[in-house]
Amino acid sequence: MLKISDLRVAVDGKTILNGLSLEVGTGEVHAIMGPNGSGKSTLANVVAGRDGYEVLGGTVEFKGKDLLDLDPEVRAHEGVFLAFQYPVEIPGVANIALLKEGLNAARRYRGEPELDALDFLKLVREKIKLVEMKEEFLYRSVNEGFSGGEKKRNEIFQMAMLEPSLSLLDETDSGLDIDALKIVAGGVNSLRSQDRSVILVTHYQRLLDYIVPDYVHVLAEGRIVQSGDKDLALKLEAEGYGWIEESAGAAA
Amino acid sequence: MSSVVENAAAYVAAQQDTAAQLPGYGLAELDAGRAAALEQLSRQGLPSQQDEDWKYTSTRSITRAAFKPASAGATCPSDFITQSVIEGLNPYRMVFVDGFLSAALSDLEALPTHVRLRSLAQVLSEDATSVLPKLGQMLGDPPHGFAAMNSAFVADGAVVEIEAHQHLERPIELLFVSGCGDEGLVSMPRTLVLMGEGSQATIIERHCSLKEVRSLNNSLVEIDLGKGAVLDYCSLQSQSDRSFHVGGLFAGLAESATLRATTVSTSGALVRNDARINLNGENSTVHLDGCYLVFGRSHVDNHTHISHNRADCVSRETYKGVLGDRGRAVFHGRIVVKQDAQKTDSEQSNQNLLLSEEAEIDTKPQLEIYADDVKCAHGATVGQLDDLALFYLVSRGVKRETARRMLTQAFAADVLDRVESVPLRQYLQSLAFDRLSNA
Ligand SMILES: Nc1ncnc2c1ncn2[C@@H]1O[C@H](COP(=O)(O)OP(=O)(O)OP(=O)(O)O)[C@@H](O)[C@H]1O
Ligand SMILES: [Mg+2]
Repeated sequence: MLKISDLRVAVDGKTILNGLSLEVGTGEVHAIMGPNGSGKSTLANVVAGRDGYEVLGGTVEFKGKDLLDLDPEVRAHEGVFLAFQYPVEIPGVANIALLKEGLNAARRYRGEPELDALDFLKLVREKIKLVEMKEEFLYRSVNEGFSGGEKKRNEIFQMAMLEPSLSLLDETDSGLDIDALKIVAGGVNSLRSQDRSVILVTHYQRLLDYIVPDYVHVLAEGRIVQSGDKDLALKLEAEGYGWIEESAGAAA
Repeated sequence: MSSVVENAAAYVAAQQDTAAQLPGYGLAELDAGRAAALEQLSRQGLPSQQDEDWKYTSTRSITRAAFKPASAGATCPSDFITQSVIEGLNPYRMVFVDGFLSAALSDLEALPTHVRLRSLAQVLSEDATSVLPKLGQMLGDPPHGFAAMNSAFVADGAVVEIEAHQHLERPIELLFVSGCGDEGLVSMPRTLVLMGEGSQATIIERHCSLKEVRSLNNSLVEIDLGKGAVLDYCSLQSQSDRSFHVGGLFAGLAESATLRATTVSTSGALVRNDARINLNGENSTVHLDGCYLVFGRSHVDNHTHISHNRADCVSRETYKGVLGDRGRAVFHGRIVVKQDAQKTDSEQSNQNLLLSEEAEIDTKPQLEIYADDVKCAHGATVGQLDDLALFYLVSRGVKRETARRMLTQAFAADVLDRVESVPLRQYLQSLAFDRLSNA
């Protein structure tokens, strides 16, 4: 599904990702953990196609295509979805208008007919139930005045609507109460399947109790410095990142 | 008249040639008013960029063009009116062709008896004494040569009178069609709106063009709101890009009156609007909103002046502009709080979205406060589309152009969303939508 090789990325002349490699197979769930400022959001943003990042080297392949060559909307149409660490408030653009445009643009891209108003509404109602959001949120401006938790739920709702093949969830669990966490996890798990992959960026083992990952990676200083299974997350929870930095330092 | 400023000479001469044919000629008060205005026009001429209030707006293309006063009798096909109706509005409609009433195109059927809609020409010829004291009262001293010119030529336009305590259900539409006659005409409609105590109404003043001919529309509206009267007012300029528009909105509000006015400019080579609102009675309220969409090589200038003359009045002013291509816009918002106007509550904002490098806006708020117990806030912003918002939308699969349009529309929308009448609001929204989609 996704193959990142030796990716090097700079922001404002400062190198953030420094030879990062990561392979995510179809149907797999990967968790990425790592200290603040290590480059996790940078990675997620570069994969989704946000401007302002300078790719110095390396490749990102998605379903065999050179992802870095595609415009962000085309990446979305191809099935990439980013749940933002800080979802953006967009006054004056209704949530439902955004979803309708996004969904139908993807359908056109795939050569499918646009959903008519009725089918669209049916789908919206089905998916919004999944994240237990009130329907009034559909008609509110995108994220405007939403609480932190509501914003995160809205990200998952959008993901559920767009049914991406690769979801990047950037700290979607941060700031959620325990009930909301379960709802968000439920949303992700309902999408989990043979042909969909998920990358979870998180600081907390807690989320991984609900969404059990196939792999856990540690990103530090712009690279994946350690990979393992879900037990790695438990060890990080117990011991922090110090031991990795030491072993990485020792190896260097 | 001793010396006449050159750029007004032809208009002064034209007025002198035709004054005797103007409706109501011979009425001392009216003659004196026209003569005084003509004297001002001769002396001051049309404004130029030397005038502080016209610093950023060149009138050269207007003065060079040497427009000739339009005369009554030009025609406009009824199809054009039918095609340009606002769906669902169902108004009482007065249609003006190059500034003169066309009774045939107007539709005043089922007008209630407590409302009078007449042409100014009719009123001046038949019944001048009833309105003459009001004509020019809200205008006061004409702020510039164009307003003086309108007063010197004053002949036709709409006179709207609503009796005290009457609530008019259906809106009134004043449709001004220019570009009906020859190339190079100036029309000078004058409208008077007189609302009695406690009355309520909705009025739409709409300017459009029949043909793509060079024309000048020098339109002036005076509004007198009695005690507690409520008026929803909309002025819409969507003329051809070969037309020039100089519009004035001069309103006086008595105690507890409310004016909600929205000025929307979507096209035209040059649009200059002067709005002057006098809050003359305590507890009166004005909401003065504007939306200007400036593309191609258009130029839109909004000069507003709200004067708090009495205590406890509220003014809310929001002007929003979207500029693309080589569009230029000017916003000058003056708020004056007189010494007696304690407890004034005033907010003003002007926000601009620049979509191209060549677009340009000059914005200037100007607060003059002579009272001590007041609440006044103002702010102006000039910005581009938010990159992060744009990325958020495209990351959901929305095409970049669509995303830009959605954000641009959202920016302009809140002014239009506040328009009370649903059919009018929807019409304005779709007009803005089209303008921004084709931008
Ligand atoms: N626009 C920018 N200009 C300058 N530095 C930036 C910019 N964007 C990111 N950085 C820097 O890049 C580094 C990595 O940031 P990133 O947001 O990817 O970290 P992160 O791993 O997601 O951290 P966190 O866990 O706190 O979310 C940080 O040091 C950050 O300050
Ligand atoms: Mg981050």
